[in-house]
Amino acid sequence: MPEATPLPDRPRLAPGVRLHFDKTRDAWVLLGPERVIEMEGPASEILRRCDGTRTIDQIVDELAILYTAERTEIAGDVNDMLAELVAKRMLASA
Amino acid sequence: MTNVAPNVPAPLGLLAELTHRCPLACPYCSNPLDLDGRADELDTATWSRILHEAAALGVLQVHLSGGEPAARRDLVEIVAAARDAGLYSNLITSAIGLDPARLASLKSAGLDHVQLSLQDVDADSADNIAGYTGAHGRKLAFARSVTEFGLALTINAVIHRANIDRVAALVELATSLGAGRVEIAHAQYYGWALRNRQALMPTRNQVERAMREMEDIRLRYQGRLVIDMVVPDYYARRPKACMGGWARRSLNVTPSGRVLPCHAAETIPGLEFWSVRNHSLAQIWEESPAFQAFRGTDWMREPCRSCELRDVDHGGCRCQAMALLGDAAATDPACELSPSHSVMQALAQAASAADTGYAYRGRALRQRAGAATRRLPAR
Repeated sequence: MPEATPLPDRPRLAPGVRLHFDKTRDAWVLLGPERVIEMEGPASEILRRCDGTRTIDQIVDELAILYTAERTEIAGDVNDMLAELVAKRMLASA
Repeated sequence: MTNVAPNVPAPLGLLAELTHRCPLACPYCSNPLDLDGRADELDTATWSRILHEAAALGVLQVHLSGGEPAARRDLVEIVAAARDAGLYSNLITSAIGLDPARLASLKSAGLDHVQLSLQDVDADSADNIAGYTGAHGRKLAFARSVTEFGLALTINAVIHRANIDRVAALVELATSLGAGRVEIAHAQYYGWALRNRQALMPTRNQVERAMREMEDIRLRYQGRLVIDMVVPDYYARRPKACMGGWARRSLNVTPSGRVLPCHAAETIPGLEFWSVRNHSLAQIWEESPAFQAFRGTDWMREPCRSCELRDVDHGGCRCQAMALLGDAAATDPACELSPSHSVMQALAQAASAADTGYAYRGRALRQRAGAATRRLPAR
């Protein structure tokens, strides 16, 4: 297995990828080349903050406040999700 | 909001065939032998209406295709209409007719993604396949413009006898051009490709070697490149899940406005297609006879009807069952459970051994006519 690509410091969506609210299905979706990924739970709140200006720590801070949850728990979710999107090439590389 | 009945899920994708006109004449083209003429093409306002109706119906992505979509002078306006409707727009192009200035206009209009076709890694071979001298060089220059503009790029390569031994080199070329995604699409035999099957079909050994190579390539590029495959179904044991199921995920609008469940559907006799000139897209999706014909599983016979994979592969491809067996409701013969599976294997073997030139659209005699004809002025 090749090594996992490191997460970018200030994540943003890759070219050709954007977040879209699908009125028909009443859900946030991530749209990319030949890809439609439905965003469940806090996923859209994470991705809305991946604008290339916020650091991962800042994103975690904001979500911990939004969901009044433990910071470590949120950090785990954010890191897992971003790693998955890096593997799918849906986040811009660092 | 959608008008579709609750038992018909909303479509996700729309293939918009803006024109059948194309400067290239690739012998693997799956467009029909009888192409729509320019005079019959839908106008800009009608395409804009279709795109807005599609978005309201639940479509999320529009694939602007053809023919060569850049042959339409109003391509930028059509892209702007897609963006206005909230659709993700994907331009499927040969690059011919797109200079950097026009590409910049497309980007400003909201284009999300570009899919560029390459025919081979070697310019002479690629241009021979495309039937267009100089095409390959223009494609490489265009690919660089796409990534310089910060647009996402997919390279698509249709694979057949003449280039199948270079799948690894094609993926390498795509990466060097800055593509984030590659489609290695083994030729699907519809339309012009069916007509050229004897000139295109690789041997079983070639296919097996290419499939092994692709396994290595996937590992090597993991995390760096998205690689999607269209499988060579003449040599397969199970059929492809064609279109993700008939009238289940996407629809296709022809240049003159007929709406099809897939772009080869008109090869099936007796289907009644409705046009956007007379009906809304929602009506067509929900009620048109062609969409109802093979939707779901009620149309299936054995061995599909009781098969545990019937909701996975949807019985394979209706157009292929029609083309090879003359029966659109038969199990796709690509399936080894089909009583006609051996027919397909025999066709593949015979075609792969044939020594035939390409029949190019509009110039079918060129290959066999020899050098003397080639010196005549182009039509």
